Amino acid sequence: MKVAFVGATRGMGRALARQLAERGDALFLLGRDPTELALSARDLEARGTRAPVGLAALDLAEPAGFAAALDAADRGLGGLDALVVTGGAFGRQDELAADAARLAALLDVNFTGTVLLCQQAAARLAARGGGLVCAFGSVAGDRARRSNYLYGASKAGLGIFLDGLDLAYRDRGVRVLCVKPGFVRTAMTAGLPVPPFAGEPEAVAAAVVRAIDQGRHQVYAPGIWRWIMLVIRALPRAVLRRVQF
Amino acid sequence: MSARAAREADLPVEAVAGWGRHPVGRGRVDRSERPALPEGAEPVVVRGLGRAYGDAAMPSTPGGLVVESTRADRILAFDGATGQLHCEAGLSLAEILRVFLPRGWFPPITPGTKFVTVGACVACDVHGKNHHRDGSFGNFVDRITLITAAGVRVECGPDLERELFLATVGGMGLTGLIAEVTLKLRRVESPWIVLETVGVDGLDAMLAGLQRSAADWPYTVGWIDCLARGRDVGRGILMRGRHATPMEAANRDLPRGLPLHVPVDAPEWLLNPLFMRWFNYLYYRFHGGALKRRVVSYDRFFYPLDAIGQWNRLYGRHGFLQYQCVLPRAAGTAPLAGLLDRLGAAGAASFLAVIKDCGPASDAYLSFPMEGTTLALDMAYRGAATEALIHELNAVVIAHGGRVYLAKDAVTRPEDFARMMPRLAEWQAVRDRWDPGHRFRSAQSVRLLGDRG
Repeated sequence: MKVAFVGATRGMGRALARQLAERGDALFLLGRDPTELALSARDLEARGTRAPVGLAALDLAEPAGFAAALDAADRGLGGLDALVVTGGAFGRQDELAADAARLAALLDVNFTGTVLLCQQAAARLAARGGGLVCAFGSVAGDRARRSNYLYGASKAGLGIFLDGLDLAYRDRGVRVLCVKPGFVRTAMTAGLPVPPFAGEPEAVAAAVVRAIDQGRHQVYAPGIWRWIMLVIRALPRAVLRRVQF
Repeated sequence: MSARAAREADLPVEAVAGWGRHPVGRGRVDRSERPALPEGAEPVVVRGLGRAYGDAAMPSTPGGLVVESTRADRILAFDGATGQLHCEAGLSLAEILRVFLPRGWFPPITPGTKFVTVGACVACDVHGKNHHRDGSFGNFVDRITLITAAGVRVECGPDLERELFLATVGGMGLTGLIAEVTLKLRRVESPWIVLETVGVDGLDAMLAGLQRSAADWPYTVGWIDCLARGRDVGRGILMRGRHATPMEAANRDLPRGLPLHVPVDAPEWLLNPLFMRWFNYLYYRFHGGALKRRVVSYDRFFYPLDAIGQWNRLYGRHGFLQYQCVLPRAAGTAPLAGLLDRLGAAGAASFLAVIKDCGPASDAYLSFPMEGTTLALDMAYRGAATEALIHELNAVVIAHGGRVYLAKDAVTRPEDFARMMPRLAEWQAVRDRWDPGHRFRSAQSVRLLGDRG
């Protein structure tokens, strides 16, 4: 694959980019911090990706720059055939509830920006015969929790969008994969209480690579979260009201 | 307050301990992908994968800030012609092996676990089974990038800021935050090891065997049954290895390895003296005897204990201490025999002890190895009695001009440490120059160097 990657410098994105690099996929990094992008590009080159890893500026909060970023990736890769978006914003419920500007910024990045970028990429890929769009939702978007519904709402919206994008574009050759990580130990979740079944970024990355190869439209990672969420989605509302969940 | 400072103040307090799980402290652990010093002057201890046994990577005060480097693990450059690797300091030897061994490159020096960061290998100036030939880790380091107490990035190496380099290698992370390291990997022909084992019936035979093997074998080590007494003291197995040629390795597949894991703390009675005596005896019977030669995986040879996740739980919830000392060659066999005899009498040591001959010492001020013989063994922590035994062993070590290894230590007294380290004052002068307020500080430096707790 020739992958334009948003979020490869950190966390699950870093782990996923490495696994793609190690199996020989070509990568082009998009993001906000040029220093970080350059360091991660060197890491990926040393791990065996094809060709030098190019980079260009992209801020998920600035949709005006998306076309130029995708153009740059297209040129750098000699025709990209995949977009992976692992980047996103996170905030604790109490922080987001207390700060409207921060909440707006999170919704902008996780929903508006990611939707606009994936939509644009899908259209481009369809025009040239197909490809892959992969973005990260969250189990937090599967069922509302009082302790995490603002972040969850941004990911729920994204999940519905990706689901629809897959329906709309699959017959034009564009596969869409929505990754729904459970709790994963990364810098993003540092300081949060660690629930049972917490995962590691490397395990999530391996699950994503498998799902890409299998052409799936959705994957829970670690895989156990598929079953956990099956149960949680089926819980009666009365139960959710009663428990502090 | 900046976002970073706010986050650091916000970090939850968690239990922080060394691999021996004694002592146990509490700290706020920052696991950032870009480790940095917080604003202000709060003391910091830098931590890697937590394999130092004692208090080397524990915060100086309860609730103190711990900067863990494990997510700063990017490879920044690799020269496939020379094997020179430039990386962030949180990269582990396990990851280096995973990425570079298939390309024919191996860590130049490796301790008994691969779950250590490159930064920790520098800070502890680790040694391995090839010390008699290659010395310690610092010998293979070309550059270190430190973030100093002033928050500045400073580069040092054998030919640049040499004093800072010599103070940082083996300096236990007390000269600054090791951010990046450039080192040389070693070319190897295969991931397999040709291993020879032979039983030896006593300490003199063991030392003679190590010495005899040193010329022809890059890797040598002895396992000693340290519960054997009297005539049998030093009874054990001599092991020597070298990287196999492709011909010798012919078509072997590296074993996948069962993911063994110790799920909970073992009960205290498990590692009782009787069980350990029999375990050691059977180990000796099984591996001892006539010379055997076979080809084994590098994991089996270098990292047998890594195959068992969380093996440190075998010692139960009170944890254990590891004792490692080195005695100069001039001291002869007698003090070593004395140490082993004392341990045997106390019935304190448990699993097999490791014995190894060391080559010349490094120029680094606090580097542990010196020309002579090193001995390492575990002992379950049983409170004051265990500590008293270690002070007793330390007295023997000091009397013969030896020292203990800070990566293992949790109980040595400051006055004893000062007597073990003839170049301590030189090291302190360099540290004081770069970190006058001793901002980089650990529970160990409070204990041994009088830093403020």
